[in-house]
Amino acid sequence: MWRAIATILWKDLKIELQTKEAFSASFVFSLMVLVIFNFTLDLTSEESVKMGAGFLWIAFAFGGTLSLNRSFALERDENCVQGLQLAPVDRGGIYLGKCLANVIFMMITQIILLPLFAIFFNVDISVRPHYLLFVLFLGSVGFSSVGTLFSAIAVHTRMREVILPILLLPITIPILIAAVEATAYALGADTDPTFWFRLLITYDVIFVTVSFLMFGYILQE
Amino acid sequence: MSTTRDTFGIVLTALALIAMMVSIYLVFMYVPTEVTMGEVQKIFYFHVPSAWLAFFAFFLVFVFSIIYLIRRDKRWDTLAASSAEIGVLFCTLVLVTGPIWAKLVWGVWWTWDARLTLTLVLWLIYVAYIMLRHYMSDPERRATFSAVLGIIGFIDVPMVYFSIRWWRTQHPQPVVSGGEGSGLEGPMLMTLMVCLSTFTLLFFSILRYRLRLQALRDELDELQDLVEHGE
Repeated sequence: MWRAIATILWKDLKIELQTKEAFSASFVFSLMVLVIFNFTLDLTSEESVKMGAGFLWIAFAFGGTLSLNRSFALERDENCVQGLQLAPVDRGGIYLGKCLANVIFMMITQIILLPLFAIFFNVDISVRPHYLLFVLFLGSVGFSSVGTLFSAIAVHTRMREVILPILLLPITIPILIAAVEATAYALGADTDPTFWFRLLITYDVIFVTVSFLMFGYILQE
Repeated sequence: MSTTRDTFGIVLTALALIAMMVSIYLVFMYVPTEVTMGEVQKIFYFHVPSAWLAFFAFFLVFVFSIIYLIRRDKRWDTLAASSAEIGVLFCTLVLVTGPIWAKLVWGVWWTWDARLTLTLVLWLIYVAYIMLRHYMSDPERRATFSAVLGIIGFIDVPMVYFSIRWWRTQHPQPVVSGGEGSGLEGPMLMTLMVCLSTFTLLFFSILRYRLRLQALRDELDELQDLVEHGE
């Protein structure tokens, strides 16, 4: 199983390094979301600090769906899904490899986006940097866990680019709420973070477990 | 099956119809009008049963989805899909009747309180479920994929509910005075129970029709296939 995870992960990373398609799509889109926020809301620096966590996660969520869409669209284009179906490895390994790749893509986008966010909105992101990284990780895991599963579903439908966000966003609302609250703390808000971090970890565990168990059914078809 | 008369379905519908007459009588003639809220409180007898049935329907989607993944029998998929459709219907009723009541009693159409928000999110999840079904043509794949969504969607329900509740306690609450359902007594409780039973009967009678419709559609498909391709 570990070998399956590593192989799939390595394969996806290599493709991404060569094409940079998932990254460029989600990065440019997320950046655009931030820029549009600026025009539509015209905030003062104080307000930005208060709402920054929310902005970030909206940008991450929308950008994330783009790169998640790509995750299985990639396998479908050259009929690689069949290859995955026939591969004599554990289905769970394929899922975890894919999911891990998506977490990494999402986090790379986030880490590059953060300094730009700090500059555009005058927000100090170095208040609690290790907390910030930890939230980004937990949030990305939660989002990618169901996202990877739904990406595998979405490629088999008509209108696949449209269906993924429609399925994914309502289901990941609990993750978004917890991630925003924890991010607010990481950006300097005066709240008690332990609760939201614990909640985020709990949700991650539930989502990863359920998606892991369900993935076998999806790949079978 | 589909060409024979559906006696059970007819009896079920007749019962639902009679129960509905009784409910309407109870709500508008028998039960005393609530003192502080006035007439608008009567919407409660339709709102609460709809909410109960929406949740019940989504629970059924969850159960039927699990059974489908184990048994792989198309029947369970049809049952899950039908329950989801009826669930969305009742959920819509909840979202329509709620604000009508809220506007008069709370003074606003909507507040982002945990129960309201959960209902809206549920509506979104199961509308997505129906959309997913429409965007897929292969029946077996559609059944499996929607079963997976039916299961995850329901597991999500308590997660959404509790995160909104905990999130709410950290933010300023809108001014909302006392919840309904607290301290119901005598005639009001009785009327609510009758309405609940009526709506439940209605639910099963709609479900019955929906299943029959599916059976007829399948038969039609088979016949069309026969006409086009011969034996």
